[in-house]
Amino acid sequence: MLTKRIIPCLDIKNGRTVKGVNFVDLRDAGDPVELAARYAQEGADELVFLDISATEEERRTLADLVHRVAERVNIPFTVGGGISSVEDVSRLLHKGADKISVNSSAVKNPRLIDELVAKFGSQCIVVAIDAKQIDGTWKVHLVGGKVPTELDLFAWAEEVERRGAGEILFTSMNHDGTKNGFANEALAKLSELVNIPIIASGGAGNRDHFLHTFTKGKADAALAASVFHFREMEIVELKQYLREQGIPMRL
Amino acid sequence: MKIVIIDYGAGNIQSIIFALDRLGYTATLSDDPEVIRSADKVIFPGVGEASSAMKKLGQHGLEEVIPSLTQPVLGICLGMQLMCRYSEEGKTSGLGIFDVDVIRFSDDLKVPQIGWNQIRELKTPLFDQIPENGYIYLVHSYYAPLCEDTIAVTDYGLPYSSAVWKDNFWGVQFHPEKSSALGEQILKNFITL
Repeated sequence: MLTKRIIPCLDIKNGRTVKGVNFVDLRDAGDPVELAARYAQEGADELVFLDISATEEERRTLADLVHRVAERVNIPFTVGGGISSVEDVSRLLHKGADKISVNSSAVKNPRLIDELVAKFGSQCIVVAIDAKQIDGTWKVHLVGGKVPTELDLFAWAEEVERRGAGEILFTSMNHDGTKNGFANEALAKLSELVNIPIIASGGAGNRDHFLHTFTKGKADAALAASVFHFREMEIVELKQYLREQGIPMRL
Repeated sequence: MKIVIIDYGAGNIQSIIFALDRLGYTATLSDDPEVIRSADKVIFPGVGEASSAMKKLGQHGLEEVIPSLTQPVLGICLGMQLMCRYSEEGKTSGLGIFDVDVIRFSDDLKVPQIGWNQIRELKTPLFDQIPENGYIYLVHSYYAPLCEDTIAVTDYGLPYSSAVWKDNFWGVQFHPEKSSALGEQILKNFITL
């Protein structure tokens, strides 16, 4: 049976792991390669590396980091953050990344999704969507959630599926960093609307949050950062709990 | 032990190289028929779209080389699918090693299937020391139905072939190089066949 996935996310800046609360006030949470290897060993199903570097100079370390992670880690990993061209994707895949996520660059130029899918295949193209619920409607946000757009979350999700994306990574800006649970209502609606896997992100605080994002939110995978980085939750214990609650888990 | 990975521009080859490194083996990348023929073990990777991958194989003159190999060959993911008779993806004929047609998963399911699933009814030494219902990592939209050559079964909406075998040819739909310790054992089994 296909299992639900637990995915630690490592926010990377200048080659180091960081995690912010609502994307500001960053705290250092260690060396990405060590952390990645530890997560793989502890039963993570996948990893996501999100480069939140502000400058090209800082971002230059990313390809080298991807190479070092791929050498050590025997589970799949996705790399995202600042990726805006076929050349960027080609370089990172050649360094050993399994999947690439695009976000703002796809909103600005939706044809980028078609180009990437044609060149590399749907299976390695994840579209990350940051959205915020404002007056009852979900609006897509850019640049790590800082810049609002008029684009509707659900319309955009349908479009990225139509353009061939293999997966959607949806982060709720309302929930991210709160540790109050995932945006399950929006997630369930997304999951019914599109026919590609949905990764839930933003709001993980306890193990029932994960349970509910699978049962109520109908997510295919759940992503979290700080609860894992600061060992508030052990991955294997979380997965054991979820399996006891009837969620298919790899253990 | 000379391991050659077929390099025809349609594979996430780096991950396989690293996985072999972790097992203590060094692989050579090549599209040269002579180098491929002289290998002890051949790995045929592949990601992306079937018809364009078949075209690339043709451009490298490998369409006839691969089926004529006599040493153990392991097709991974799209590599396995291309070793079948036909693929519905891009409506392309394959290398015809496995007598089965590759078709798309039903739209009642999420497609692609992405994530960890299980393998059962395991046959051949490829799965030595691998437990029934062990977990492997898959990413695919098309699959090979159950057939005479099936040596591992996975369920996604229906049971299908997650591994096939005929003579010296093995094919796995999953990614052993990304399937944690279990996947590394399968790669090791192939190399020590």
